[in-house]
Amino acid sequence: MSYRNRELANLVVVGALTALGFASVYIARQEVVSTASLSYAGFFFALYLAAHLVGRLTVPYADPYLLPMAGLLTGIGLTEIYRLNPTDAFRQGLWIVVALAAFAVTLFLLQHDYRRLESYKYLFGLSAIGLLILPALPFFGTSVNGARLWVHVGSLQFQPGELAKVFLIVFLAGYLREKREVLAQGRLKDFGPLLLIWGGAMLVLIETNDLGSALLYFGIFLAMLYVATGRVLYVALGSGLFLAGAFAVYHYVAHVRERITIWLHPWTDHAVYCPINGKLLPRQDCASYQLVKSLYSVAHGSWFGTGLGKGTFRTTGGGELIPYLNTDFIYSALAQELGLVGVAALLLVYMLFVARGFKIAMLADDGFSKLLAIGLTFAFALQTFIIVGGILRLIPLTGITLPFISYGGSSVVANFVLLAGLLLISNRANAERG
Amino acid sequence: MNRQIARLALVGVGLLAALIVATTYWQTWATAGLADRQDNEIQRVAQFSIKRGLIRAADGTILASNRIKKVGGQKLYLRRYPQGGLYAHVVGYSTQSRSRAGLESSMNDYLTGANRNLDTVLKTTLDRIRGATIKGNDVWLTLRPGPQRLAMQQLAGKCGSVVALDPRTGKVLVMASRPTYDPNLVERDFARINNISAACRPAAPLLNRATDGLYTPGSTFKVVTASAALDSGRFTPQSRFYDPGYCIEYGQKVRNAGNPEAPETFGSVDLATGLEHSINSVFCNIGKALGAGEILGYAKRYGFYEDPPLETPANERSPSGLYHGAKLFRPDSPQTQVDPGRLAFGQEALLATPLQMAMVAAGVGNKGVVMEPHVVDRVTNPNGGVVTRTKAKKLRRAVGTRTAQELTQMMVAAVQSGTGTAAQIPGISVAGKTGTAETGVNGRYTSWFICFAPAEAPRVAVAVVLQDQTGFGGQVSAPIAKAVMQAILAGKSNP
Repeated sequence: MSYRNRELANLVVVGALTALGFASVYIARQEVVSTASLSYAGFFFALYLAAHLVGRLTVPYADPYLLPMAGLLTGIGLTEIYRLNPTDAFRQGLWIVVALAAFAVTLFLLQHDYRRLESYKYLFGLSAIGLLILPALPFFGTSVNGARLWVHVGSLQFQPGELAKVFLIVFLAGYLREKREVLAQGRLKDFGPLLLIWGGAMLVLIETNDLGSALLYFGIFLAMLYVATGRVLYVALGSGLFLAGAFAVYHYVAHVRERITIWLHPWTDHAVYCPINGKLLPRQDCASYQLVKSLYSVAHGSWFGTGLGKGTFRTTGGGELIPYLNTDFIYSALAQELGLVGVAALLLVYMLFVARGFKIAMLADDGFSKLLAIGLTFAFALQTFIIVGGILRLIPLTGITLPFISYGGSSVVANFVLLAGLLLISNRANAERG
Repeated sequence: MNRQIARLALVGVGLLAALIVATTYWQTWATAGLADRQDNEIQRVAQFSIKRGLIRAADGTILASNRIKKVGGQKLYLRRYPQGGLYAHVVGYSTQSRSRAGLESSMNDYLTGANRNLDTVLKTTLDRIRGATIKGNDVWLTLRPGPQRLAMQQLAGKCGSVVALDPRTGKVLVMASRPTYDPNLVERDFARINNISAACRPAAPLLNRATDGLYTPGSTFKVVTASAALDSGRFTPQSRFYDPGYCIEYGQKVRNAGNPEAPETFGSVDLATGLEHSINSVFCNIGKALGAGEILGYAKRYGFYEDPPLETPANERSPSGLYHGAKLFRPDSPQTQVDPGRLAFGQEALLATPLQMAMVAAGVGNKGVVMEPHVVDRVTNPNGGVVTRTKAKKLRRAVGTRTAQELTQMMVAAVQSGTGTAAQIPGISVAGKTGTAETGVNGRYTSWFICFAPAEAPRVAVAVVLQDQTGFGGQVSAPIAKAVMQAILAGKSNP
């Protein structure tokens, strides 16, 4: 079977699974959900069919599993968002249309040779920095939950960091391909860029108050640097510098300090000062409220979960039990309804996606393609780790989206551009191998 | 470069593998611990999607039922308590904001179908797979609505408690506590419960005084002392004492006047008369002769110093015994640490729950054998089949049959011609003992009455306690005990 026919077969399976998901939400929540919900699955399948056709035209030899996996993940996300809030699901559906358009545009523009991006690397680098600084500007920027990550244009909300991530990877792939030999020699003056990026990550951290993004950008940078130079020492050195920087920030930025405290001691037996309302409360009723409630949600799912549409997310009065459920905390909603069996399978899909990404990097035959592929793939893996690891208390919790699943336009668009990049690289590698 | 890529791939895949491990930890290992946490609202709310079992009185009267509320398209079964405050302390409440109390808490597994009986496990598993609403089991109590209502009426405006047991089985027929609260308000308007005022301070309306209220037993404890005196063989009902109106302990006069029911000097009396008229000096001398260790030993045989066995939550029950501060005091050498004379007539640092004193009366009435009290009669599944039934169980023999008979005779005399005449029921012989304990505040007493009837074959044993009374046990508590006994004896006996 050709690459694209295999992809089509996979997509049919994904379409069936998504239909099943919506059907089970419909059955469980007939009282609030209309039969129109079932049309979501059809609409969804049609969208992916269109994406598949664009693939046939532009990247006939690309990996046949990535698009179906992305489809499966967005399908699961859309189902869960629909279950939590049908209005949000409608908007998310629109964002998926926009994202697939961006996906198609990327494929059409770069189908002949994406490698010419390399010559615009500095433009990408500058745009990335520009996008990152945007939320910190007084006119556009908005602070949500103590972190400045959002840009407001009219009624439209946008998180530029998501797109900046992809641009930064393009820049780094180009830059590192060019300088990798020089950097590998390890002369002191060549460390300039490394220190520059480290400083940049720290600045972003301080400006936006966002530990997660800083960790993400710096992690991507170190991973790409390691692949480019093969020097573990740089990774060690870079991590050391990052930790030192983080330590300093910990001492000077209260917001970051609080995140760490919440991570280490989410529960207290005695009342502690609550910075939100100024009262004395146990920490689980104040600062670590979200984390703790989300852990309860995960634990409540146990082995098999409550079933789609049957989870408990509201109080008897109808209030929200877990805030930010369909964005940052969608994993804990899924964990409750699908159980360990369900979310372990979900994480395996992420794992498979990452494995395919690395395979594409191995098969690519030029440095730029390899670096671009591992950058995109590792970014995907690390972002998943940072948000889910935060929810599971492996690392301090920071608000960041779960790729393809969380509710949020910028994230979906950025991830589909990321997917298009991987498909382009894979297409080229496979085509050359015949 | 491919070597580096392979290594990085391991890191990337490893990060995701770590997430699977962590998820497994939270969803299996940590689940039970998190589910038990007080602030775990999800767990609590999730239980409202279960059609919780009903709680019913002995005759089927519904004490706790469900009202359906739809939240976000999900059916929730919230609790309703149609009887208001009448059964509040036994039944308790199940709410989102303040968790659970009473049987709603301790019987939660049965009420939510989470008990491990095979029949229930099969049914709930099937419901879960089918996606049907899980139904809990119904809990039937031994409480009798008529007498319970009467007891609560009798206590109205006072602070106190009434406990009635079936001495033969240990069934709790009445468990009343005042002041009470309306469990329907716990979720809606808890402030109103907090603001309840009563004749005593603190009002503590949530406290189940029957099992958790500790009061100085006063002269009712003389039944225990007499048990020790007779059962040890050291005294007989005919043993002679001389009552000068006081007893000398540690060179100090302990006056009968401490007991305002019998201020006079009796002169030469026997033990039976001592109990009939509740003469402190007689018991003071018995106490000195037996020693505190012996008396406490008999108290333990009646159930003192252990959590009274009942199905309500452990933190809503207290053991009776000597207390130092707020803690149960277990003397290493009672001979030197406890004043035997004052212990013998129920003062010292002795505290007892109404349930415990009802067990003393029931034990004497049941020929010396104390039965384990229980308030849950049976649990039935939604189809009416019995899941589990409480069997009458012997706690232990407190005193020999003969001692029990002698005690019964003395207690009958106390009602016929002694301090407890207010408890007489025409045509039925009642055995009883009054108690009026000093509270430390002058003119304020804790008034007790313990009794059982009919004396020759008792079907009911009652303990009544009233806090902060100016009247004496024989005057204020005995009439309440009488009314409750009458109500129970008039109803059909259901052993």
